[in-house]
Amino acid sequence: MVSFETPSIFNPASFEAGRIDALFRFILIVATLTFVLVEGLLFFAVWRFRNRPAEAAVQVHGNTKLEIAWTAAPAVILMVLLGFTFQTMGEVKAVTGGNVLHVKAIGHRWWWEFRYPDLQIVTANELVAPVNTVVEVAVESVDVEHGFWVPELFGKVDAVPGYTTRVRFTPTEIRNDYYGGQCTQFCGRQHAQMRFAVVVRSAAEFQNWAALMQRPEGGPEVVSGGAAAGRELFLTPTSQCIGCHTVADTTAVGVTGPNLTHLRSRGFIAGGVLANTPENLKAWVTNAPGFKPGTVMPSFANVFTPEQVNDLVAYLNTLR
Amino acid sequence: MTSHAQAMPTSRRPFLAEALEWITTVDHKKIGIMYLVMNFIFFIIGGLEALLVRTQLANSNLKVLDPQTYNEMFTLHGTTMIFMVIVPIWAGFANYFVPLMIGARDMAFPRLNALSFWLLFFGGLVMYSSFLAFGDGGRPQLPDAGWTGYPPLTTRLYSPGPNIDFWILGLHLLGASSLIGAINFIVTILNMRAPGMKITSLPLFVWSMMVTSAMVLFSTPSLTVALSLLLSDRHFGTSFFIPAQGGDPLLWQHLFWFYSHPAVYIMIVPGMGVISEVLPVFSRKPLFGYDFIAWSSVFIAALGFTVWAHHMFQVGSSLAVNTFFATASMIIAVPTGVKIFNWIATIWGGALDMRPPMLFAIGFISMFIIGGLSGVMLASVPVNWQVHDTYFVVAHLHYVLFGGSVFAMFSAFYYWLPKITGWRLQNGWGRLHFWLMLVGFNLTFFPMHISGLLGMPRRIYTYAAGQGWDSWNLMSTVGAFLIAAAVLVFLINVYVSARKREPAGNDPWGGATLEWATSSPPPEHNFDEAPTVKGRDPLWLLDRPEGSAGKRARA
Ligand code: HEC
Ligand SMILES: [Cu+2]
Ligand SMILES: [Cu+2]
Repeated sequence: MVSFETPSIFNPASFEAGRIDALFRFILIVATLTFVLVEGLLFFAVWRFRNRPAEAAVQVHGNTKLEIAWTAAPAVILMVLLGFTFQTMGEVKAVTGGNVLHVKAIGHRWWWEFRYPDLQIVTANELVAPVNTVVEVAVESVDVEHGFWVPELFGKVDAVPGYTTRVRFTPTEIRNDYYGGQCTQFCGRQHAQMRFAVVVRSAAEFQNWAALMQRPEGGPEVVSGGAAAGRELFLTPTSQCIGCHTVADTTAVGVTGPNLTHLRSRGFIAGGVLANTPENLKAWVTNAPGFKPGTVMPSFANVFTPEQVNDLVAYLNTLR
Repeated sequence: MTSHAQAMPTSRRPFLAEALEWITTVDHKKIGIMYLVMNFIFFIIGGLEALLVRTQLANSNLKVLDPQTYNEMFTLHGTTMIFMVIVPIWAGFANYFVPLMIGARDMAFPRLNALSFWLLFFGGLVMYSSFLAFGDGGRPQLPDAGWTGYPPLTTRLYSPGPNIDFWILGLHLLGASSLIGAINFIVTILNMRAPGMKITSLPLFVWSMMVTSAMVLFSTPSLTVALSLLLSDRHFGTSFFIPAQGGDPLLWQHLFWFYSHPAVYIMIVPGMGVISEVLPVFSRKPLFGYDFIAWSSVFIAALGFTVWAHHMFQVGSSLAVNTFFATASMIIAVPTGVKIFNWIATIWGGALDMRPPMLFAIGFISMFIIGGLSGVMLASVPVNWQVHDTYFVVAHLHYVLFGGSVFAMFSAFYYWLPKITGWRLQNGWGRLHFWLMLVGFNLTFFPMHISGLLGMPRRIYTYAAGQGWDSWNLMSTVGAFLIAAAVLVFLINVYVSARKREPAGNDPWGGATLEWATSSPPPEHNFDEAPTVKGRDPLWLLDRPEGSAGKRARA
């Protein structure tokens, strides 16, 4: 599995995650103080009054003043926590419209599709976003419920089939290669392998990336040798690839699997099961269910010869 | 746990006659024993499932279980522990002790009582019979969609196998069992009290069973409806939860949590009742703030019906909805805090008898405080967005249901088993059990807070190396085996004590409630003389009219 840097919620890299982090730290401090106070009282009482002769027990039945005090004090503290909670809810709540980058995240078992409706971009598993821009993600699902979460950038929101849920984040830092994310709503056998990442780039880099992503596949002229043979094989209906995958401007228009037009621009494949290298692509295309039991992508071990797989991957390798 | 032979006065009847006697019994004490035995067996099964889960997660990229088996194990672990252990174990204790504590001869409806046990028995059996049916993988498939069973994952399209049907039908029976039990408890408590026992002076365990039964009564139908609709979607062509046909998956979440949030209190309020019985007896002084403890349960139960959507903060509800549920959830912390302060005040100034029931009661309070505080964090909506569905929530719910309910369950076992069997449990083994369990429990579940905050989602069968999760998970796994060792120590304790058979006497602890006024085990008719009651702590009142832990307490 591809490992992301620890996606700790204490390490926020967006405005929204920062606000939540501040709220959480505040609540954590209040909770810790309460913990120390109450456990302290309890353990002091146990230590102080243990194993005394029965006559020593003070026979009291209650005390109304005390009752009022320990009802009111927690209530006041909770009101304060609620106040901060509401304030933060307002600060991070999703907005529509305005100067924002719109992204649609669509959950599939077990990978994420990312669409940029204003930029005509379709990609998978890696959401690329410009720094210091409000990114609004509309989250949907084509099958079961999924959960969309990148701890360093935003709190989770569920992908509920039939609904569009929204989450907003404004990345403030270009830090890791990836901000690691993972599906958080149990979605079946490979729930653990439905990982994804957000890549934050500078505005200029983002423009370049977007321009690259808008380019269709180069056509038969730009491939040669094994890649040409692979292209032909990939695009023959009998190879099945085109029934499930899209490569822009070709006959491959399937939507069951990730869009492969710029496959090699991504760092990992199949929800972070494997790094995106030619060797791994070979292994994956040969026997995808071997890496991700339950995936709908079939095993081609008995369909293609190793040479054919080499050709296919040579072609995939040109999809940059 | 007790086996039939240990629990029964020695009898020389042939095995078949003996078995028939148990199968056909309508005696509340025998039914109670059958409940406890069965729940404990399921406790062990659910525990073994947890050990498998923890073994698989001990380190990154392990392949102890394949993904399908892992999903089955965590699903069964949750379903078993909630529906076949913690919810019904209180019915088990209550079956045995509610009639005794209110000075009654039996439950109001003894036959219904037997029915609710057998529904539970067959519910568990149906759930696990999934073993016998072959699913789409060509191998037996157990329920594998989590104890929450969210559709569309559980609809035919994504779960074609019969395993989900077994899960639904099993839960149907378990739900019916607890509904019937609840009606029985309510009627019993309202109508069968000994002369002089007012509703306002009920022993608090009885009171909490009353409150719990009311919750069961109002919440369980919601689960039943949800399960029925799902079954109908799966087999009769309806589409309540199928979005492609106009259904709504969130409807399930609402129905499910409308049961399952109150279920949290169904699992913890009786435990709070046990603690409220044990603390005064082992502190040699009356409960501090009886009325506040009693009414805070009612308050919690009522509020418990207004917070279900705090399990759904991440489904994109409006600000107004989230605000309401966050506020209601935070308010619940107030009556909970009231209980904790009153319990501490009960200990304060007492003469503490630190034998195992008390150890577990104190363990309960101190662990439950942690679960309560992480609950407050979870009620804060934005924080919830960050920690929900991660190991932080797994930690939270175990601090409530294990640190809370299971510790209370063991407190109850140590407290009441001598009454059931007639012999004492060993204190030494009991102490070892307690300390092992306390250490194991915290080693297992405290690190889960941290792995959750480091971004580890729940219900994943494996995780990548190098994300900072490995060592926390290893700790959790080691802790889980310590817990298993602690349970083993308990079983050894029962075995050793059963061989020694040191007589418990009628009243080994200087108890305040009526069950200690009769023999251990009680005769079939419970009391030779109908007890009369003058107020709270009736047995203490016999010695000291003002109701303090009088001479008896010095036993
Ligand atoms: C039945 C549908 C189906 C067919 C046929 C199919 N795939 Fe896939 N493919 C998928 C799905 C679904 C995934 C995503 C799996 C996951 O991550 O869970 C996928 C993933 C991939 C990926 C990794 C993409 C990424 O970014 O993660 C590659 C590469 C790939 N397929 C290549 C091929 C090739 C080449 C063929 C033809 C030989 C093919 N697939 C045939 C469904 C299919
Ligand atoms: Cu998932
Ligand atoms: Cu809840």
